[in-house]
Amino acid sequence: MSSLKLKEIDARGLSCPQPVLLVKKGIEKNPEGIQVLVDNTTARNNIVRFADNSGCKVEVNTQGSDFLLTLQK
Amino acid sequence: MSEKKGIIAAGAIVGLLAVLLVKFGNPANMGMCIACFIRDIAGGLGLHRTDAVQYIRPEIIGIVLGAFLTAFGMKEFSAKGGSSPLLRFVLGFIVMVGALMFLGCPLRMVLRMAGGDLNALIGIAGFAAGIGVGIVFLNKGFSLKRTYNLAKFEGFVFPAVVIGLLVLLIAKPAFVFFSAKGPGAAHAAILLSLSAGLIIGSLAQRTRLCMVGGIRDLILFKDWYLISGFLAILLTAMIGNIIMGKFNLGFADQPVAHADGLWNFFGMALSGWGSVLLGGCPLRQLILSAEGNIDSVITVIGMTAGAAFAHNFSLASSAKGPTPNGQTAVIIGFAVLLLISYFNLEKTAEIKMKGDVKLEA
Repeated sequence: MSSLKLKEIDARGLSCPQPVLLVKKGIEKNPEGIQVLVDNTTARNNIVRFADNSGCKVEVNTQGSDFLLTLQK
Repeated sequence: MSEKKGIIAAGAIVGLLAVLLVKFGNPANMGMCIACFIRDIAGGLGLHRTDAVQYIRPEIIGIVLGAFLTAFGMKEFSAKGGSSPLLRFVLGFIVMVGALMFLGCPLRMVLRMAGGDLNALIGIAGFAAGIGVGIVFLNKGFSLKRTYNLAKFEGFVFPAVVIGLLVLLIAKPAFVFFSAKGPGAAHAAILLSLSAGLIIGSLAQRTRLCMVGGIRDLILFKDWYLISGFLAILLTAMIGNIIMGKFNLGFADQPVAHADGLWNFFGMALSGWGSVLLGGCPLRQLILSAEGNIDSVITVIGMTAGAAFAHNFSLASSAKGPTPNGQTAVIIGFAVLLLISYFNLEKTAEIKMKGDVKLEA
């Protein structure tokens, strides 16, 4: 899995808009891609929408009650 | 894209229901107002004794129960808390003081614009300015820290308390207060208000409708999603008001409003800044509370306390205008927001973004 080398952001338990803000800054610094872990559907949807709006590819995996999102420019 | 259509439809229904609630008895341009209605409930419970604004508003009860049932049904209900609870109480308090300076929460601000109240345009300028200041701190790493999972039972407490309010509303024991005149006496029938609340609560839970989030996401991410709901409320309520003959363009003699531009601006700026730090407007706080977010419950309790103090200490404006006490409170509120904003900047946020936090998989 190439995703093992990607930077990981733990955004669990953070309230809006912090998860998206961390993703935005993370992807600017790491255009090769980042992984972000969130624990609620609002944050998941917000990050997916951010990815769509900014032309990133995004992949969502469910991990128990959390979601692991992989973003790539 | 269907997501966006969803929030536009939700906004349109909220706008329509707000106009209908006014038609069937709610105060003008106040079909729905989270700040005003929480204030009325505080009065209804005797936490303040301003006899014109006391009523246990069924809309609030409906919103909470509608959001609770929807979240529960969609398996999105989960009890969480522990993200700076006392600061959230203080922020809720301050957001309420700002809203009662202006006379309306961000939702009523939109409904006031939809009724032609130009004072609300000044309010929205202040609101956007306050959000802008909050965003500066968000960008610098402001955080109220993480929430943690709690026992599910704790999440049920708030909806249970709200059902208790419903019992008080229907049973009307001698110790609750219902206004005989004034805005508190103007209300639609219980069943209508409750049903409207249930619908709005459910829709707002699904779409994450939020007034402060709308402007925030537009500025931060050029994301039009949340603000589309806001615009849909404005448009449908405006059309509804025009059809009902309730559209009255101007600054003077607007219902439950005053025309002091400077303090309308400052009041909403305070509310906007406080709400950005909280992560959502008063409506959103109610919805999150219903989903089991205890931090938002604490925020709602802070708003309730803020409303009670605002009336007990003569901080709330009236149609005559702001009070000197209210002006002092708003200035103190700005100072407190500055302290909270500054002392919760997270240095580690920067490090984390540089990629120091790696999972050793």
